[in-house]
Amino acid sequence: MLVLPLIVVFVFSFGERGPAGGYAPAFSFDNFLNLGARWAAFKNTMVLAPIGTLACLLIAYPLAYFLAVRASPKWQTMLLILVIVPFWTSILIRSYAWIFLLGGKGLPSLIAAMGLGHIQLINTPFAVLVGIVYGYLPLMVFPIYVSLERLDKRLLEAASDLGAPPMNTFLTVTLPLSMPGVATGCMLVFILLMGEFLIPAMLGGGKVFFVGNALVDLFVQSRNWAFGSAVAVALVLVMLITVTAYMRFTRRWAGGRDDISLM
Amino acid sequence: MTDRNDFISREKFMQELMRYKKGSVSRRHFLGVTGLGLATSVLGATLGRQAMAQTNIGDRVVLASWPNYHDPADFDSFKALTGAAVDLNVFGSNEEMLAKLQAGGTGWDVFVPTNYTISTYVELGLIEPLDMSLIPNYDPASFDPRFAGPGTVDGKIYAVSKDWGTTGMATNTANNGGKALTSWKEFWDMTQAEFSGRTTVHDYQLTTIGNALKYFGYSFNSIDPKELADAEKLLLAVKPHLFAITSDYQPAMRNGDAWLAMCWTGDGKQLNRDMPEIEYTLGKEGGEIWSDFYAVPVGAPHREAAYALINYLLDPAINMKETLFHGQPVADARVNAMLTPERLADPILYPAADLLSALEFGAAQTLTNPDRAELMARFKSA
Repeated sequence: MLVLPLIVVFVFSFGERGPAGGYAPAFSFDNFLNLGARWAAFKNTMVLAPIGTLACLLIAYPLAYFLAVRASPKWQTMLLILVIVPFWTSILIRSYAWIFLLGGKGLPSLIAAMGLGHIQLINTPFAVLVGIVYGYLPLMVFPIYVSLERLDKRLLEAASDLGAPPMNTFLTVTLPLSMPGVATGCMLVFILLMGEFLIPAMLGGGKVFFVGNALVDLFVQSRNWAFGSAVAVALVLVMLITVTAYMRFTRRWAGGRDDISLM
Repeated sequence: MTDRNDFISREKFMQELMRYKKGSVSRRHFLGVTGLGLATSVLGATLGRQAMAQTNIGDRVVLASWPNYHDPADFDSFKALTGAAVDLNVFGSNEEMLAKLQAGGTGWDVFVPTNYTISTYVELGLIEPLDMSLIPNYDPASFDPRFAGPGTVDGKIYAVSKDWGTTGMATNTANNGGKALTSWKEFWDMTQAEFSGRTTVHDYQLTTIGNALKYFGYSFNSIDPKELADAEKLLLAVKPHLFAITSDYQPAMRNGDAWLAMCWTGDGKQLNRDMPEIEYTLGKEGGEIWSDFYAVPVGAPHREAAYALINYLLDPAINMKETLFHGQPVADARVNAMLTPERLADPILYPAADLLSALEFGAAQTLTNPDRAELMARFKSA
């Protein structure tokens, strides 16, 4: 059941577009040779997905650190719930809220009122990044939170007993030990971002085009299912390569330690 | 319901009757001003309804249609009448509908295709020839053949006319010294100048490419590689100046983010009704005229209810309520006879003859042409 749809996509990718769209059986590599026609979409995704992942990480780490280390137990539960609550509503609804916030009557009018000039936020790559960080933050916060939570507090005491300043303790003890969480969070967010289409479509005003958007257009607009399948196969290959490289990198970086779990 | 006919005095009625007898006014005008057209069609509809209620059509009918396109109150009364609840699925483009039907298993009973898709649906065997005996409210003689014609393929009626309209532009005139734009040349030039960052175009290759072709005076339906290349150059130059590529432009026009939008009649009417400073105009070079239809997909799960719903919606009294709600003109003379002269003179709904004659119907190959699809993808990903 898991691989069946993938097999269909794989077979379709060698076919051709029917005269009125859809799929017609054939065997050719034309669809793959034509992949250059979607290069811009791949490029946009390969730029914005890592930036989005990094932005998520930069905001999620301090938040997770605060939750796991600083917050009192009473507040901890409360704040954790606050992080999860947005997940209870569909991302579609939440994106609409951002359309209003970033639209002309939202934040830009506030900025204009403060005398900082007119700026456009909605329908820009910036708006898409805001949506991405907002939508994927919990996926980054939780793995980091868990790894910080499990961290043996006696190690921190030992460090300070031996005279290490707090910053050193953080850099040499806390940060390295929370790396499994960071690696998992980044992986989760990055993989999902590569296939994202809703946030760019809604907050990018149709002007920020991910591979996901190219796929939606190919399947439901121009109905070139064969080429769409080839793009999907290419996306899977790109992900496989990136993820393998990423795992190699994190493993080497961790010096072959096996307690760094990725998935 | 401000468009309703006002009651007329006895004297006025006699005057109109004399004018009608003398032949100085048409039957349509006479029935329209006196309200007799409305009265007769309400009577006719009531009779039809009694007949309809006698057969059991099930409790559900699935309709695939467009946004802001039906008065929900009419669905409520259909349910009260027949016991069948209308389950409405809203779509954004004809391609999306076609893709769904091609993939199969939609569960739709009735859907609303546009003129240029019907021959393709017939070719692919996706819609059934309509059993006209089940749609007694459809009177072919009352429908303007210009709009109802594409529903007939090879002499068989596959789809019946719902309404028609145009694709033009909506200008927020408050941002342009009170003037609306009147040509596609202006539309694309202004977007790259004073209106930079304030224009939206459809997320739909048929209209966006078609109206870019009009900038050069080419046919809206062109698939000529050289002409398409010109249109592409224009679209790529315009892209950084666009506010959005979207078919859902009403929110941005209403909140003032967008000042100019590629726009369909109904949206233009709705925007203008609520904000008179937003004006809907056609490009004088031409552009698109279209008509929408009701059709029944092959294998519709609630076929009887499908026919009952189409027949109900084509009841002139109901169709009039629908047209007042969605703001598109209808091709049924019986409905037009019930509308006020002011409405029939509305330039948004019924454009001047010279503007109208410059418009083109979209062609089947315009929709399915792969070069146009690829052009749109390059434009969107640029």
